[in-house]
Amino acid sequence: MSKSQTLMNWIDERFPATKMWKEHVSEYYAPKNFNFWYFFGSLALMVLVLQIVTGIFLTMNYKPDAAQAFASVEYIMRDVAGGWIIRYMHSTGASMFFVVVYLHMFRGLLYGSYRQPRELVWIFGMLIFLCLMAEAFLGYLLPWGQMSFWGAQVIVNLFSSIPVIGPDLSVFIRGDFVVSDATLNRFFALHVIAVPLVLLLLVVAHLIALHEVGSNNPDGIEIKKNKDPKTGIPLDGIPFHPYYTVKDILGVVVFLIVFSAIVFFKPAFFGYFLEDNNFIPADPLKTPPHIAPVWYFTPFYAILRAVPSFAGTQVWGVLAMGAAVVVIAFLPWLDKSPVKSIRYRGPIYKLALALFVVAFIGLGILGAMPTTPSRTLMAQLLSFVYFGFFFLMPWFTKIDSTKPVPTRVTG
Amino acid sequence: MKKWMSKFLIALLALPVMAMANEDLALDKAPINTHDFESLQRGAKLFTNYCLNCHSAGYMRYNRLQDLGLTEQQIKENFIFSPDTKTGDLMKVAMNPKDGKEWLGAPPPDLTVVSRSRGADWLYTYLRGFYRDSSRPTGWNNVAFDKVGMPHVLFEMQGDQVLQVEKHGEHEVKKLKLVKAGSLTRLAADGKADTAEYDKMTADLVNYLVYMGEPSQNKRETIGYVVVLFLTLVLLPLAYLLKKEYWKDVH
Repeated sequence: MSKSQTLMNWIDERFPATKMWKEHVSEYYAPKNFNFWYFFGSLALMVLVLQIVTGIFLTMNYKPDAAQAFASVEYIMRDVAGGWIIRYMHSTGASMFFVVVYLHMFRGLLYGSYRQPRELVWIFGMLIFLCLMAEAFLGYLLPWGQMSFWGAQVIVNLFSSIPVIGPDLSVFIRGDFVVSDATLNRFFALHVIAVPLVLLLLVVAHLIALHEVGSNNPDGIEIKKNKDPKTGIPLDGIPFHPYYTVKDILGVVVFLIVFSAIVFFKPAFFGYFLEDNNFIPADPLKTPPHIAPVWYFTPFYAILRAVPSFAGTQVWGVLAMGAAVVVIAFLPWLDKSPVKSIRYRGPIYKLALALFVVAFIGLGILGAMPTTPSRTLMAQLLSFVYFGFFFLMPWFTKIDSTKPVPTRVTG
Repeated sequence: MKKWMSKFLIALLALPVMAMANEDLALDKAPINTHDFESLQRGAKLFTNYCLNCHSAGYMRYNRLQDLGLTEQQIKENFIFSPDTKTGDLMKVAMNPKDGKEWLGAPPPDLTVVSRSRGADWLYTYLRGFYRDSSRPTGWNNVAFDKVGMPHVLFEMQGDQVLQVEKHGEHEVKKLKLVKAGSLTRLAADGKADTAEYDKMTADLVNYLVYMGEPSQNKRETIGYVVVLFLTLVLLPLAYLLKKEYWKDVH
């Protein structure tokens, strides 16, 4: 026995290193027909690592203090060696995280990845999405610019619209009657440790659940139903390593080209990744004329604004915004179609999904703009389309025609 | 059915786009070139002479001007006017914000990153947009910033402008007219103004403000070309060939 083998045996007798490597990597059989849409899971994992590593370096020079936060960010940008590149990677990474996660979720909609038996994979994924939203919101306060401050003010104020406990709850969240140094400190604590910790645990749960049931594929069929009778390996499965590791490396390189182009040439990305007003230090006495959240929150923000207040409270908009996120978690039980993949679905689902995409993008555009009566009307219309997609799904997936599903995957 | 569907989708997508309307003032395009060190040096000189008395640039260090090809000695002699200030210091001002508020209505804002919040074109329009307005305490107003608290610091160079409002039906067109030439503008006998020299000077100043907003921007782009080219020309083909090699036995 070679020395390295002896060492490995020594470890394996005490820790299941080889067993885990086989289970999750070298003998995890994934369908061989993954397409473009299947890059975004591994990319999301890479961006998560990127955010954690760049974030660690940022905390070494950032000061979570209302009097020093803005200046410390500019200090990082100017006086810290390589500081600007770390900061731009972190700010671009935040937006790109949402880009890859939205595409990753859309893949689920295309191929029915949330369907039985992957309900828990989907639910863990939704919890990751919630954590990600919290993480992005908390982190956005830290540069302590005008948009950081007023964005946080608006969002925390939403909680005060909750009947009875609302006002006290929002004071509890802020630690003060307005967003202040106390808020900045606690948001910093939550952003750098509390939420990332939960996020990492959820990612592990997401992957363990996935590897338990196996990956879905663009045909939406279970490769475990056709196994080699001798080896017990799915006939349409290939080991994750080396096949998908090398394929995902290709995806990573393409992603990095786009990512670097943004970091090095358009780091503010036309005011979408770093908003113009956030280069003005936070001023609690000067409300900006137009407060818009960062682009990845705008679809939900548009829904919030679209719902009028009635019965003397504005809580309905807040509830609608919450519902818009939570309803996605119920997809496994809303979809009644006998097939999973869009490839074998009928025209009704295709139209519904197309309308949903239009509504999501349209709401995103509207949420970034100041309101006018006509825009509000449009946002209301698109909100109906958004919710209609979910609430009518049990019905339209049942009556929709389907095509016969093959037993083996098709390229 | 399909045709109708796609038409409907396009119409739906177009709705929010149609709702966008530009109500902003038309800004003049600033000729920015952060690789033109002579322009940046002139701009830095203008900035330290004219702006840095009231406005601070509190995140910018004097010795960072070495980026623009200046030596530490040149910076000390030409850009620092107080004997107590060292080249490694930040560009702070002596003016107390409280006094600023009392004198001008609002404390003059820090200008380090003003180019990032306002944009170069706005600054260029603003610096050329002052006009005489007797209703204002300072006697000046600005097309880009109505009722601005700041007086026209560069008026000796630009001269005096007035605002002329022309009515075209319901449309109002605001135009600035030079009525008294300054040291960098000329007024011909027929009333035609030549502002090229003043425009060039303000362009230098705005160029400097853009540089100061992000001093690492030239370096950022230089590194960017290397990184993107390396990824595209070296790593991408390698990753592609690696994938192809491994996948040739998957059918």
